[in-house]
This record gives sequence, structure tokens and C-alpha cells, in this order.
Amino acid sequence: MSDPTGLIVAVVVLAAATVFGLVRARRDGRLRAGRGDAGLRLSSGELGESLGDRATLVQFSTSFCATCPGTRRLLLDVASGTPGVRHVEIDAEQRLDLVRHAEVMRTPTVLVLDRDGRVVRRASGPPTRDEVVSALELATAS
Amino acid sequence: MSDRALGAPVRVDPRGPRFAAVLTTVVLVVVLATGSGPLLAAQAVVFALGAGLGLRRAPYGWLYRRLVRPRLGPPQELEDERPPRFAQAVGFTFAAVGAVGYLSGATWLGIAATALALAAAFLNAAFGYCLGCEIYLLVVRARARLGQAAR
Repeated sequence: MSDPTGLIVAVVVLAAATVFGLVRARRDGRLRAGRGDAGLRLSSGELGESLGDRATLVQFSTSFCATCPGTRRLLLDVASGTPGVRHVEIDAEQRLDLVRHAEVMRTPTVLVLDRDGRVVRRASGPPTRDEVVSALELATAS
Repeated sequence: MSDRALGAPVRVDPRGPRFAAVLTTVVLVVVLATGSGPLLAAQAVVFALGAGLGLRRAPYGWLYRRLVRPRLGPPQELEDERPPRFAQAVGFTFAAVGAVGYLSGATWLGIAATALALAAAFLNAAFGYCLGCEIYLLVVRARARLGQAAR
């Protein structure tokens, strides 16, 4: 063990990953107004499914996504308990056109659309129930 | 149950991959501290078994079932095996490149590849965050773009 380089690298990596993990845990799944989302609108034609009468929860998933099934259960549950709200799940691998159009970088990404398909809120990572409910209130307020 | 009807893949106790990530983190720290190419090669074999046979039949999964799971009780829910299995394949790539680096004398390559694998394993162990799974969509996007450019 003459050369300490590897050990130093290990310590730096663990420290950096800890900071990254903590920041990520705080931001993950927060439903926010996306920076590029002003004016972004998805039609039922693009989605391949009809929009909800009042709002739509669009979820982008892949098969290699550990948290997608939990998010699906949550969104289905919220949608079924909220009149006029639909849950639409998009297979990101099949719909790369939509992935690019909506600038989806990871899964699950959840877009909350209002009745006209305008993107009101966006979450990267699995959102919490409270966040989804309040985003829906915002989407259906207009 | 409806998942089964659709031919859903194997579902596993999510604490198994997490436990495997903890062991992987320890092994990779030891690799960096000692610069041991053979140890990293062994870890590469462990990754390959996890990706090829599934995590339950890989060494760390076996340890988990024999030593840890009996003390924990049954899991709250099961998860799809494919994401952690894909992550094992990503881990294998980095470990294999790193082992080639250490064993061929390109120590910098060994350190760099092991550092990346350590970051991913540690994020999984400490935060349950699957870096390989996150990267998957970006890989698919990039591949599609390359495919378009080639046409």
C-alpha cells in the first residue's frame, strides 16, 4: 500500500456521492413548473389516448425502472378517486418521439396536464401522493 | 395477480439487491485501497452472474437469503428483477474494464472505472438509487439518435 491515490479516490467518490444522493433525495419527485414547459402541450393524438375531462397524469416508464410500478399504482389510485382525471402511461422506449418532444430524461417522469393538454407541472422521479393531489388542484383550477 | 397473467417477469425481495450493493461497495473500496486487479476481476464475475443468472442465484443474493433474510422476516412488497439485473450488467462493464486496467498496468484506468462503479454501488446501498436504471433511458435516446444519424 505505497500509493495512496486509490484510497483518496475512494474517499472523494463516497463524499461526492453522499452530497449527490442527499440533494437528489430532496428534489426527487417534486412536482414543479418545468423550465421549458411554458407552452408545451400534448394532444390526445400524440399520447395515443384520450385526455381526462379535467386533467391527465402522464407517466413515462421503461421496463428498467425500479420505481415506475409504485408510481403507476399511486397515480392510478389518485386518478380513480378524482373525477375527470385520467392516468396515461407511456412506454418511453416505444415513444422516443414523445420523449424528445417533452424533454424526458429519466423515468419515471410525470407530467400533469390540464384539460387542454397543457403541461402544468412536471416531476422527475417518483412523486408523493400529496404532491400529485396539489398539482391536480392547480391543473383543474383553470 | 394480473401482472402474472401478462407474463410479468420475476419479482424479487428489493432488500436483496440493496444488500448486494452494500457488499459491492465494501469490495470496491478495498479494490481502490489495495489496487487489487484479481479482486476487481472477482467482483466482475459476481456482476456477470447477477446479470446472467439473476440476482438470487448470484453469490451476494445467495448470502442474503441464507444469512440476512431469515432475520428480517418477509418483505413488504416485491419488485421487478429487471432493473437491478440491468444495473448488474452496467456494473460488470465497469468492473471488467477496471480489471483489465489494473492487470495490464494501466492503473489510472483501473482507478477510474472502479471509482464510477463505486459511485453507483454506494448510491444504491445508501439511498436506494439505481444509477444504471436512470441511465437506461439516456442510452436508448442516444442510440436512437445515432441510428438516425447513420441513415
